[in-house]
Parts: sequence; C-alpha cells; structure tokens
Amino acid sequence: MSTLVLVLLTGIGLGALYFLVASGLSLIYGLMHVLNFAHGAFLTLGAFMGFEVARRLDSTSWWAFAVSILVGGLVGAGVAALTELALIRPLYERHIEQVLVTVGLAFAAVALYEGIWGSDPIYIQAPAWMRETTGVLGAQVPNTYWVLMAAATALLISLVVFLRYTRFGTIIRAGVENRAMVTALGIDVRTAFLLVFAIGGSAAGVGGVLAAHYTGYVSAHLGSTLLIFAFIVTVIGGLGSLPGAAIASVMVAVLQQFANYYMGGTGDIIVVVALAGVLLVRPSGLLGRRFA
Amino acid sequence: MSTILEVEGLHGSINGQQVVEDVSFTVPSTGITAVLGRNGVGKTSTLRAILGLIDRSGEVRLAGERIDGLRTHRIVRQGVGYVPEDREVFGSLTVEENLQLAVRQRKPRRELVDALFPDLVQRRRQMAGTLSGGQQQMVSLARALINDNRLLLVDEPTKGLAPLIVDQVADALEEASATVPILLVEQNLDVVRRLATDAIVISGGRVVHTGRAADILGDEELTHRLLGVGVAPATGGTR
Repeated sequence: MSTLVLVLLTGIGLGALYFLVASGLSLIYGLMHVLNFAHGAFLTLGAFMGFEVARRLDSTSWWAFAVSILVGGLVGAGVAALTELALIRPLYERHIEQVLVTVGLAFAAVALYEGIWGSDPIYIQAPAWMRETTGVLGAQVPNTYWVLMAAATALLISLVVFLRYTRFGTIIRAGVENRAMVTALGIDVRTAFLLVFAIGGSAAGVGGVLAAHYTGYVSAHLGSTLLIFAFIVTVIGGLGSLPGAAIASVMVAVLQQFANYYMGGTGDIIVVVALAGVLLVRPSGLLGRRFA
Repeated sequence: MSTILEVEGLHGSINGQQVVEDVSFTVPSTGITAVLGRNGVGKTSTLRAILGLIDRSGEVRLAGERIDGLRTHRIVRQGVGYVPEDREVFGSLTVEENLQLAVRQRKPRRELVDALFPDLVQRRRQMAGTLSGGQQQMVSLARALINDNRLLLVDEPTKGLAPLIVDQVADALEEASATVPILLVEQNLDVVRRLATDAIVISGGRVVHTGRAADILGDEELTHRLLGVGVAPATGGTR
C-alpha cells in the first residue's frame, strides 16, 4: 500500500514538473501554431541562473531558494520574449521557418551552456527540508515533490484566472480560436504572441529551477530531456489546450512511474506507446480541437 | 458625391493563387454599396484584400489616405468595421467578451447595439458558440456597430438565415447606414434591392459593371448575364 501511494504521489509530482514546461508549449502552439523547440533552452537557462544566484547567497536557506525561483522565472520570461522579438516575429506566419529557428536555437543554446558551465552536471544544494521526506499513509515522499505540486497548482490557477478575467487573456483565448478575426477587430495580435512567449518562458524558467532540485543537479541538457516528455504531454493533452496539458501531465507521469516501478523500468517506452495509442484513437489529443 | 473608399488595381492572392485580379471601384461616403456577382468570383476575397487579410497589391484609399500598406489591425483602427462571411464569432467566449474584445473607443455605442439586438442583452453571459446562426450574426454585426466607424465591410450577413432573421439583419443594416457607409456583399437580391443605393458587379475577379443598384437590378438581361439569375420584381418594389 505504501509503495502504491509513493509511486502515485511521485508520479503526480513529476507530472507537475511536466506541466510547468508543457503549459507554455501548449499556449504558444495554440495561439501561434509554433512548436517551440527552444523551450528546453529557456528552462535550462532559468536553472543555471537560479543556481548562480542561490550559490552566491546561502543556498541552503529558504530565501535563497525563493530568490532563485524568482530569478529563474524572470530569466525565462526575458529570454523567451527576446526570442519572440528577434527570431520568431521576423518570420511572421512562416510556421516551418519559425519551428526551424527554434530548433537551431535549442542546439546553439546547449553548446553555449556547455561552453560556460561545462558538460558535467553541477550538483546543487537546497534548504534542508527539501531533502527530507514526509510520511503519507506509510509512504515517505521526498519534499521536493510537494514543492513541485504547489508550484504547478499555483501556475494553473494563475493561468486560468489570467485567461478568464483579463483583457489580454480574452485576446489569447480568442486568438487560439481565430487569430485573423482578432486582428480584424483592430487588435495587434503580436502583442499577445510576445505575452504567451514571456508567460511560457517564465513557467519554464521556474520549472528549470525546480527541475534542478528534482534531479539534484543542473546541466546543459536538463531542458532537452524534459522537453521530450513535455511535447508528448502536450500532444496527448491536445495541442493548444491548457486543461488538456494539465490532465495529460499527471496521467503520463503517473503511468511512467508505475511502469518504472512495476514493469521493470519501462516507463519511457510505455509513455511513447501511450502517445501512439492516443494519436491513433484521438489524433487531436484528449481535449484538443481538430485542426487541418 | 464624395467617396470614402477608393480601390485601384487591387490584386489579391491566397497561397499564390490569384483570387482578385485588378479590381477598381469607389464607395460613396453615404448609403450602402452592394458587391454583386456569382459564387466564387472573388467578392469575399476583395473585402479581405482591402483589409489585408490576404496577400494584396494595388492602391486602397480610405478618405483619401493610403491604407494598402498597413497591417490589418491598423486598417481597422482607422475606422473600418468588418463583419465577415460566416460570422466568425469566438464560440468559446461569451457574447459580452466578444463585444468587449471589439471595443476600440472609450465610449462604445452600447445603447445602439442593445436597441438593435435586444436578443443579445439577456444572453450576455452565454457562450457565443451556443447561439443560433441568427444570434451569432447579431453578435458579429454588434462587434462592428459598437464602434464609430468610417466604413463597414459586411460580407453576406443574411447567408443561411431564416426569413424573419433576414429582415431583422436588414433592419439593422439600414439603421446603421444612416450614419456610416457600408460596402455589402450580398447574394439575397431582395435584401440588395431594399438596402443598396449603388452596386458593383464582379465577375472572374474583375469589376465588370458599376452603377445605381436599382438600375442594375432593373435590367433583367444584365442581371441574368452577370449574376446568372432571373430577377423577378420584388413584391415591395424597388426603392
């Protein structure tokens, strides 16, 4: 019983991490029809900058942790906004070129990070509580997972509130449905593009700092690994659907954890099988709309 | 007679395919100008080219000023309201959100819109996607009428609507036309006969005839040749 609870809760925690990455991917795709391969690079940079800040402070203290989260979010937002302005915007409406430029950026970023921080993982320190566990129904759950769950829940709630109750949120929802009509109402939809990149990048940056605490280290490839699963989650949830991404994140991660524990470490394979299954049965994903 | 819109040598293409070929016409600054022509001759594409929603070249002037180099949202902010074919309301947004999104001025013309479309007042919180076709058309019209525009581009507003709703939409357009000139694509010739002062006939992506709407619709041979329909005199007569 306690093993079951442990596998389930760590699955949900991992799903929370996936959601931090997938939410941005899904928003960006929904509005701009761009699969952003550079999203992992935003995440990695967030992680490195968070680490750099934390180690200059007292990295075992809570306030250093809080500052590193803040820095990760700001750096992620900044670099994503810059990417949109400098690389995506000049290729307006040229979706294939936009995707290719994000692929190029992803490769270049990893090389740059390796140049600066080296190719070996850098182990990080955390507040003592985060290295401890909390007992739930006999299962000892590492506290990092609670932090991941709290962060993803906070992100989901703030995104839903933002999308539902602000003008920019309304513009983004309308743009996901029919971008041309948004411009035909006199709204510069590019502002919304910049905004979803910044929001997605910020979630990825925060995700990067937390991912480093999840794995215990930062490395230039931190983002690339997570990005693969985030893409899978985004596709299964339905490209462009935020609730879809949230549900799929938890489903995929829980499935992955269970397969890893009970089926001899086959989690990654099972996830790809699940992806294939969803694509066969529901090509538009769980909550995605059909698109041509 | 002064003009609000001048179109000269307008070309438009979608994915490299030419859909508007060398269209030139003017729209007077009062009344409703109908764009007529058979299906697929490029009427909708002409409106979309004016708005920059498709690739275009040529000269378009709004009240004498060039707008053909502007991006769509800038053109709209110059005071051009657009009511697209098939309404294109945001189905996952409420009626109110659809209207809010369209507002471009500090004092939107709420009273006018509420008076024209009382049906929408009690449906403010309803998702636009769950409205009937006629109600969606009212949302689409309301999005354009809630602002003070210098010109409205209205594309087949009565398409697929029940006769009673067609009358309601025509009433709204008639009332709106008292204050703003309208360029109207319309297949329903009874509606054209009732509303339009001038008409432009497009065939094969070009303008083949311009003149008073009543003259064009009164000439049976001409309408048959250009529009492919026999026009029986309407019961109400022409205006």
